Amino acid sequence: MNAERRPRGHVGARRRRDKTMLVLCILAVIVAVVPLLFILGYTIVKGLPALDLRFFMMDQPPAGASGGGLRNAIVGTLFTLVIALVFGVPTGILAGTFASEFGKPKLAESLRFVNDVLAGVPSIVIGLAVYGIVVASMGHYSGLAGGIALGMLMIPTVTTTTHEMMKLVPDALREGALALGAPRWRMITSIVFPSALRGILTGIMLAVARVIGETAPLLFTSFGNTHLTFNITQPMDALPLRIFIFVASPYNRWQTLAWGGALFLVVIVLILNIVARLLGRKRARD
Amino acid sequence: MSAVQPTLRRRHLRLGDPIFFGFCALFGAVILAVVIAILISLISGSWEALKNLGLSFFTGSDWAPLEGRMGAWPMLYGTLVSSLIGMVIAVPVSLGIAIFLVEWAPHWLREPIGFLVELLAAIPSIIFGMWGMLVLAPLLQQHTEPWLADHLGFLPIFSGPVLAGTGLLTAGLILALMVIPIVTSIARDAMRAVPVSQREAALALGATRWESVRLAILPYARSGIFGGIILGLGRALGETMAVALVIGTTPQVKASLFQPAYTMSSVIANEFSEATTDLYRSALMEIGLGLFVVTLLVNVVARVLLRSVNHRAPAGTTT
Repeated sequence: MNAERRPRGHVGARRRRDKTMLVLCILAVIVAVVPLLFILGYTIVKGLPALDLRFFMMDQPPAGASGGGLRNAIVGTLFTLVIALVFGVPTGILAGTFASEFGKPKLAESLRFVNDVLAGVPSIVIGLAVYGIVVASMGHYSGLAGGIALGMLMIPTVTTTTHEMMKLVPDALREGALALGAPRWRMITSIVFPSALRGILTGIMLAVARVIGETAPLLFTSFGNTHLTFNITQPMDALPLRIFIFVASPYNRWQTLAWGGALFLVVIVLILNIVARLLGRKRARD
Repeated sequence: MSAVQPTLRRRHLRLGDPIFFGFCALFGAVILAVVIAILISLISGSWEALKNLGLSFFTGSDWAPLEGRMGAWPMLYGTLVSSLIGMVIAVPVSLGIAIFLVEWAPHWLREPIGFLVELLAAIPSIIFGMWGMLVLAPLLQQHTEPWLADHLGFLPIFSGPVLAGTGLLTAGLILALMVIPIVTSIARDAMRAVPVSQREAALALGATRWESVRLAILPYARSGIFGGIILGLGRALGETMAVALVIGTTPQVKASLFQPAYTMSSVIANEFSEATTDLYRSALMEIGLGLFVVTLLVNVVARVLLRSVNHRAPAGTTT
């Protein structure tokens, strides 16, 4: 141990330094937790008055008008999410299976690397790329493009959790299935998948929680729509997009609706995170 | 029937594995295809700008796209400085939380605090932006920034005048909040992976808790912690909506952190759908390409650092 790293000073001074560091660490916790509670509290106070039946049952009001809700945005978010799930979940689960079950460490390693790279791409860049691929070739914005962008954002989370969860399945189970004469695909589909199912569901929930509040990738893909639509080939609304437009507007009702939408999103994200955490904990206990 | 079935089944079995694995491999390849498609889409979208503006695009400081003057230096500057502010605040705070969680916190407190910090990562970025715009920016404008200007105004970064409260400092603070959970959770995992014997050895030699952290744990967990910091940086560089609402959307390079600025991601978010000329649109695509390349490099470095951690601490060492 070199001299400069050796603790210096009297025992008393060292104890005092120890206490000081403890206080600083507690301060760090406070610095992070207080803004969190502040943000949650502010969102609840500002958003709660907007969350009535109208919020879910009516489309957005015209600029400056009172009344109305965010039905067009809620429905749009729902449709976009379904497209994202259809695109992202099978890809993530099968790619994760590939990484976990193929028994080729080099290939699995490179797949994980590419997956990590995708996880690090900023969501706005995903939006730009999907604009170039889907919107430019269709000729107009669409809910489909938005769903594809969100699906791309989901893939890394689902792949990683599937991979991790399947690795946790004991090899004895696999060997048992193989010893009974099951081919590997039967072993995976009827032994490994069910054992890892809860973990994989957790991953899907976290992926949904991650993308449901995403605004940036939808700006030039779904684009937003002031009217209710069920047509995914047309521009489609989404809650975060509507919030973004409304919060910066000068109209009272729009701002109230924006905070209502924000609270709605936060509640969904919180529920998803808590359920995912409970599921994950149960898994660890089993 | 019973005589036929086994042969039928056996033939089915032989095909089953290659089909299933081929299927999985195909979807594994989809991920690679997605990454390549992103790259190709960005390059082809920004081709016109690359051809016409070249690399000087990122050094020019005049952004008036409608008049054909496109220099992206102010955005690059805004992204770098706001992320730097975010990291300068987030790193010590995250390390403090991680050390507290691993070393000092009583067991019953670890999970609730860990969960709260993770929640910070779950809040949609648009909500950070709204809160930053409506609460944090006025707060900074009325209290923090005048105080800083009065007491530390001799430093160029804190020189007045205090404007609307939106600007680099506000963006940096919001980014710090968004990065803290990432750095904290990775640093915490890295510290947890330090063998108990290291810590016990330090304590047995008479080290205080803090000394065992400084002498035994931090050096051991170093590369994991750096990996987490760099991963957080990648997040800060690419963050869009939260920053877009508090940065002030002014393409300028000023020393004072109270001044409004612009970032690469927020200029894309604000201007792309309104870009009227092909070159304008293409220039914004090039900014996106730049962002992609930078975050790619940052993430690769982070993963390499984190991988070496995983090698040293095989699965199952966490307690």
